[in-house]
Amino acid sequence: MARFVRNIRELYRFRVLIQNLVSRELKARYRGTALGFLWSFFNPLLLMTVYTIVFGFILKPRDPAFDGSPWFYALFLFCGILPWVWFSSSSIESANTLMINGNLIKKILFPAEILPIVTVTSNFIHFSLGLPILLVFIFVFGKTLTLYALLLPVVILVQFVFSLGFSFLISALTVHFRDIKDILGNLLTFWFFTTPIVYSLNSPPIEEHPAIKAILILNPMTHIMQGYHDCLFYGRMLDWNSLSVTFVVALGLFYAGYAVFDRLRDSFPEEV
Amino acid sequence: MPAIELDQVTRVYQKYSARHRFQTFKSALVKGDLFRSLRPDELVVALDNVSLRVDKGMTFGVIGENGSGKSTLLKIISGIAKPTSGRLAVKGKISALIELGAGFHPEISGRENVFINGIMLGLSKKEIVRKFDEIVQFAELEEFIDAPVKTYSSGMYMRLGFSIAINVNPEILLIDEVLAVGDAAFVPKCLDRIDDFRRRKKTILFVSHDLTTVTKICDRVAWMKCGKIQMLGEPKRVVDAYLQDVAVQQEEDFQERKAQAAVAAPEPAAAPVPESPAVPPPGLPVEEEKREQRWGKREIEIRRVALKTAQGEEKHVFHPDEGMVIEMDVAAQEPLKDFVFGIGIFNSQGISCYGTNTDLEDLESVAISGAGRVTCRIERLGLINGTYYLDVAVHKRDGYPYDYHRNLYSFLVSSTLRDVGVVRLPHAWTFTPQIRFKAPGEK
Repeated sequence: MARFVRNIRELYRFRVLIQNLVSRELKARYRGTALGFLWSFFNPLLLMTVYTIVFGFILKPRDPAFDGSPWFYALFLFCGILPWVWFSSSSIESANTLMINGNLIKKILFPAEILPIVTVTSNFIHFSLGLPILLVFIFVFGKTLTLYALLLPVVILVQFVFSLGFSFLISALTVHFRDIKDILGNLLTFWFFTTPIVYSLNSPPIEEHPAIKAILILNPMTHIMQGYHDCLFYGRMLDWNSLSVTFVVALGLFYAGYAVFDRLRDSFPEEV
Repeated sequence: MPAIELDQVTRVYQKYSARHRFQTFKSALVKGDLFRSLRPDELVVALDNVSLRVDKGMTFGVIGENGSGKSTLLKIISGIAKPTSGRLAVKGKISALIELGAGFHPEISGRENVFINGIMLGLSKKEIVRKFDEIVQFAELEEFIDAPVKTYSSGMYMRLGFSIAINVNPEILLIDEVLAVGDAAFVPKCLDRIDDFRRRKKTILFVSHDLTTVTKICDRVAWMKCGKIQMLGEPKRVVDAYLQDVAVQQEEDFQERKAQAAVAAPEPAAAPVPESPAVPPPGLPVEEEKREQRWGKREIEIRRVALKTAQGEEKHVFHPDEGMVIEMDVAAQEPLKDFVFGIGIFNSQGISCYGTNTDLEDLESVAISGAGRVTCRIERLGLINGTYYLDVAVHKRDGYPYDYHRNLYSFLVSSTLRDVGVVRLPHAWTFTPQIRFKAPGEK
């Protein structure tokens, strides 16, 4: 534990480097693309459009939460997809980040944990760039933004810690088991649908099946999503109980993920 | 006071053979050691119980063949790799020039890369701002600094990398063979900078294959072989010992190839078709490429060719100042009156370095019958470093070949000398007292 604290403190010294690497990541990603930074808005927008058409207009949500309005449903989707994209892209990119930056690990004395941190952080920047659009849509689609929206940073913090923990774990393990990348893709699809993003947690079919509900409750991402929905879509108080439990789980994952990472650290220079 | 101290440091690498199976499976099958390569935990000892002390302010050279553990040593000292066992103590900020520009991102500009790379190497943002112009100027990239790094040539890449690393201003500088890629103008500039470091009493660990530079700039040199320090001491002595060892190994390689060639070609064909590809004679190794040929009806046959030192010892690696004796065992099927023996030495570019024959030297042939020996004694080889090919031939005065061996034999000239050209002309420098030089090795 002492070593853990020392390492984390050590990381703080590298914040300038993290900051620079994140900005490098962002610059490099959109260099040479026609739309540039607009892609940060475009990707979730596209996803939302598809889901709105399929689920909102074709399948028509029966859930009372949406008042039968496909536009409310679209908004609901956007509230969930935006943070989900942050989580899933961070995870997928983390799986590759140590290999892609193998040169750094092999040739420069460089704390490797910076790499997953940079991945999660740069995806967070994308996420936050999408937020203003979300706010605009809230007005456009006739919902009102309440003061509870100010609690958004709390939810973001929980997700940040959770994502970091997961990314540490994934990035370190992928160095030794390359097929994690492929498994991860499937896992994330599964995870996406077991998280209330395209449906609400309180929709009647879920309430009717306690088994399904139990699975959803056990999924930490459920409560994080619930947090986003509470403060942005429903405009109500966060469920502090479940969110604080989730935060503890996130801290646990962070610690465990970091421990695995730290344990495997010495093998990175030879294995990547 | 030691700046770097290694105490019985061992570094073992694991070969995870099973996971790289698809790469090695085929070769393992071919070599027939499938089971060995499948065995887990095959270990490679990169550093074997190395103890080393580098005092502060010293320029310390490390030489040795590829794979001898030099780079591992550097990685251990820089902290990139951890010792498997043993103790390491380093005092002072380290900058490692292990691979220049290792952290460059190709898509972003040189300017941004300078910042990121500088921070990675331990500079603060302020320091980089302060040194930025100097870094760019030293790298000679003023015009290109805002272009993405992917558009840089490898020389530009390397210059920028070096320039950043040298400006980190460490107390200990580790240099791993990075000067090898620089152009003729940039390398002296780098060496100047390294000299500057030495004057300021910083510690430098210098890994290089450039033995002349090592001898020139290092205070002490370690020669690594198979993960161990084979020898440690005064640069000239260590480099000489290393070179001697290399020459011995080259000689062994030659002998081995010779043995293989002898197995591959048991007997010269009894009645060869003229102009047909050469049947390698037993004796010397044959090069793979088809530049070598043998032709002639062999009315007089050259049966064996040997290269020897002036003392009569057979060998294939020569020093430029050494003499060489070319011995040919010849045999005539019937008594003949018209014959000329000749030799020709070609360098690896195919340029004729020297050629002569008995006719050119006005020796008039009288008679040959049965077997005999022709010896050509060269007092001093006088060639520059490199691989050379030897032609030997016996033919009529009008050029009709009896037995012509083209490039069938090769030898190596190897030394620390660095002169260029085709041959090493005998020479000496003298100066009037107004002009003074330091003798090599003089401090």
